Amino acid sequence: MNLEAVIGYLPKYVSGSWVTLQLLVLALVVGLAAALPLAMLRSLPSAWVWRPVWAFTYVIRGTPLLVQLFLLYYGLAQFDWVRAGPWWPWLRSAWFCAVAAFAINTCAYTTEILHGAMRAVPAGEIEAARAFGMSRWMVLRRIVLPSAFRRSLPAYSNEVVLMLHGTALASVVTLHDLTGVAREFNSTYYLPFEAFITAAVFYLLITVVLVALFHAAERRWLHPLQPHAHP
Amino acid sequence: MLHGYGASLAQGALLTLSVAAASLGIALVLGLLGAMAKLSRVAPLRRLAQAYTTVIRAVPDLVLMLLVFYGGQMGVNALSEQLGYGYIDIDPYVAGVATIGFVFGAYVTEVLRGAFLAVPAGQREAALAFGFSRIQVLWRIVGPQALRHALPGLSNTWLVMIKATAIVSVIGLSDLMSRAAQAAGATREPFLFYLAVGIVYLGFTSLSELGFAWLQRRLAAGSRRVSL
Repeated sequence: MNLEAVIGYLPKYVSGSWVTLQLLVLALVVGLAAALPLAMLRSLPSAWVWRPVWAFTYVIRGTPLLVQLFLLYYGLAQFDWVRAGPWWPWLRSAWFCAVAAFAINTCAYTTEILHGAMRAVPAGEIEAARAFGMSRWMVLRRIVLPSAFRRSLPAYSNEVVLMLHGTALASVVTLHDLTGVAREFNSTYYLPFEAFITAAVFYLLITVVLVALFHAAERRWLHPLQPHAHP
Repeated sequence: MLHGYGASLAQGALLTLSVAAASLGIALVLGLLGAMAKLSRVAPLRRLAQAYTTVIRAVPDLVLMLLVFYGGQMGVNALSEQLGYGYIDIDPYVAGVATIGFVFGAYVTEVLRGAFLAVPAGQREAALAFGFSRIQVLWRIVGPQALRHALPGLSNTWLVMIKATAIVSVIGLSDLMSRAAQAAGATREPFLFYLAVGIVYLGFTSLSELGFAWLQRRLAAGSRRVSL
């Protein structure tokens, strides 16, 4: 192991981690914000409403993230009207396309997670709330959503870790995220073990912190909801 | 419609399927070994399996693949130099399959561990009391029942894995994705070709889901379904 080279490169790894975290957080925030209304539509009884949402999540979940990223970044440039449109300065940027592709991807998975959690709310709770005279909107806001958010924590924590790994694909479209920095390091010094093991350690640390955060969130919000054995 | 690149894409799709199938084989073997290690009485084995699943599931598959491809290249050459052989090129197919199999073996380990734990202990004890050997218990009693519990998790892992095969294009394998990239470069119609790739992958995942649903129904034969 050539530790000297690794230590010399550490500042770049730190800035790469920063890019990775930015990509991750932006994609998660946008994805979650879009997933919430979609999950509600997905749970409505009318097939005209839930079918299109289901089709969206089905297509996104059935295709590789790399294909989605390439369609956005390389694919859209094929059309002249896209290149002439007002969005072109954005769509030309690898950074924007990466965030957009990751956000669309995580949005589809999060929609399904939230939808599942909303369906898992016991029917009796909803009936009781209706019997108290709450409107549908109020039932959603006071009963269904708080409990669905708590129930979706374990699945969502998995999704966040998978999305973190997904951001490594940003390096394929020339971004200098954690993986991009490792690839640059490897091609400069030809030290593959040092380059990629260092990146792996950084990812491991980020994953450990994320998992710990979600464990704390589950202890705080999910465990009180679950049945406990009385002593 | 595909400007004559249809046959090339079809070859790429076959290669993608073969990468996925070969990786699945490796992942199942590693997963079975991992699950047995995690459930064994030997503490070092348990810790080794724990380290395997923890580290692998915390690092992106792309990083591991680059590590195996470039690192393996270096390791193999250092070894061959010492043994007096010449320069050996690591085949991207081998690196890709080895990495994907190794990565998803960790996920399969977790799936199989849960499935083995879901089989009631009485089944095992009864079989042992009947004089079955430990291999027979695994093969005839615990295995078939665990498979039933493992199937939903295995199906999920397979779907994630077949999509993960798209990244082997990064290390230069001419799979579906990299053939589409060539065609896109030559015809300047990237949208068309990446869309075609997406449709092929969607076909693979849809067919897999149907297949697993059928398998699930078959394996559930004989188990009682009680509805309230």
